[in-house]
Amino acid sequence: MTISTATPSGRLLGPLLRRLEGDEKHARSAYSTLDVLWVLYDRVLRVSPETVDDPDRDRFLLSKGHGPAAYYAVLAAKGFIPETWLDDLAGPESRLGHHPDRMLVPGVEIGSGSLGHGLGLGVGTALGLRAQGLTRPRVYVLLGDAELDEGSNHEAIAYAGATQLASLTAIVIDNQSATHGWPGGIASRFAVNGWSTAEVDGRDHNALERALTAHRPGQPHAVVAVVEPKE
Amino acid sequence: MRETFVASATDLLAEDPRTAVVLADISAALFAPAARRHPDRVLNVGIREQLMIGVAGGLALTGLRPIVHSYATFVVDRTYEQLKLDLDHQGVGAIVVSVGASYDGSAMGRTHMSPGDVALLDTLSGWTVHVPGHPDEVPGLLRAAARHDDAVYLRLSTQVNDLPLPGAGRLTVVHQGGPAAPLVVAVGPMLRPVLQAVAGLDVTVAYTHTPRPFDVAGLRELLSGEPGGTVAPAVVLVEPYLAGTSAAVVSAALADVPHRLLALGVGQADLRRYGSPADHARWHGLDPAGLRRSITAFLG
Repeated sequence: MTISTATPSGRLLGPLLRRLEGDEKHARSAYSTLDVLWVLYDRVLRVSPETVDDPDRDRFLLSKGHGPAAYYAVLAAKGFIPETWLDDLAGPESRLGHHPDRMLVPGVEIGSGSLGHGLGLGVGTALGLRAQGLTRPRVYVLLGDAELDEGSNHEAIAYAGATQLASLTAIVIDNQSATHGWPGGIASRFAVNGWSTAEVDGRDHNALERALTAHRPGQPHAVVAVVEPKE
Repeated sequence: MRETFVASATDLLAEDPRTAVVLADISAALFAPAARRHPDRVLNVGIREQLMIGVAGGLALTGLRPIVHSYATFVVDRTYEQLKLDLDHQGVGAIVVSVGASYDGSAMGRTHMSPGDVALLDTLSGWTVHVPGHPDEVPGLLRAAARHDDAVYLRLSTQVNDLPLPGAGRLTVVHQGGPAAPLVVAVGPMLRPVLQAVAGLDVTVAYTHTPRPFDVAGLRELLSGEPGGTVAPAVVLVEPYLAGTSAAVVSAALADVPHRLLALGVGQADLRRYGSPADHARWHGLDPAGLRRSITAFLG
């Protein structure tokens, strides 16, 4: 385990990740989402184990559902799920698998795994909240740079921008894993469709917090969180 | 049927704040008055069918009741994985309302045909499928679907029976044959050609606009009047979509009843022909003459 133990979140999450994945040694790059998830749940999202069914809660949708160890560790650290659930990942009786299922895990807003489904569900969630006059909750959707290959994302990016869906935030973890890359940058795909954008170091908690809360009225917001390349 | 659907959905939007309509440009002009009155609940995402179902899933996750509408081939065939994952797997439902049933859009060619939509939905779990045979059957079906949260498919067609049978959610006898007469089940708009096809034959004709869940109890009841002789009861299934779509359901329902089954419907082949729906009905053997040929050959 090479997750840094120098930070409070590292000290907390390192042992939880070890419970999930046994003694396997993972480079930090195996947990590309770890810092973003921690900052979201520790500093940004208005949701707690007590409010997972509150209509007024913020929604976090993990679209990039593969490799959810960091997600489960953060949910356990924040009390959404018992830590003991981490000991039997993808076992026959386990509620935690290699892709999360919202019907099995408290606090998980969507079941994901097949790429390119979360942003459309996020757009619909934001629209549904707006239609019911629930103007306070924000909807955060976490994607990967390779996941953006799926065309369904671009349907959602274009529509959310065109309709100024301001309660929506897309977060793209950029570990440079898209096979053909994104010439001109990932943020430009959002910006050209009318989104506000921010590109930050995906390991810098203060910078992440600033970017994740930098949304503006009248525009959906995109945060590109750059981390070390996938190994 | 499309106009009846739009009128009913427009009424529902005004009556029930839980309802929302999601469009991908198809029928957007018809919904324009409703969109002006309910801009937050009539959502046209443009020509983006994957997003259309994703949005429906998201709306349902917040407690709304989405009504999704487009051509069958775009709203079912094209979005199959969204139906499977953005609705079913999330544990939410929607009302999916299609036009362009099977070969209704024959002049537009294969790209606008969808004979396999009901078969595709059969690979998912728990979908209710309504195939109305008359516009007057549509409002009741839509309203009933709006009252719950399950997955419902409402398959509208330009092929229409002579009379509406709004109560035919279960198999409803419309023509009673003699004792031990073979049973012909007509689904949705197949009733009209079926009744013409069997004129003068000793058969019982039963109709339903709701093939899923299939009225298994009603089917067994209709056959239980058959005397237990040496002749196995004969069942003819006539569906306006892919031939045999309900054959497995009927076979399972009659697993303990010796029977013979003929399942008629649209063939699988891309005929690569345009023409009218009546032409395609003839080519698939679903016009009265073709049905009569198949049925009489089967009954011997």
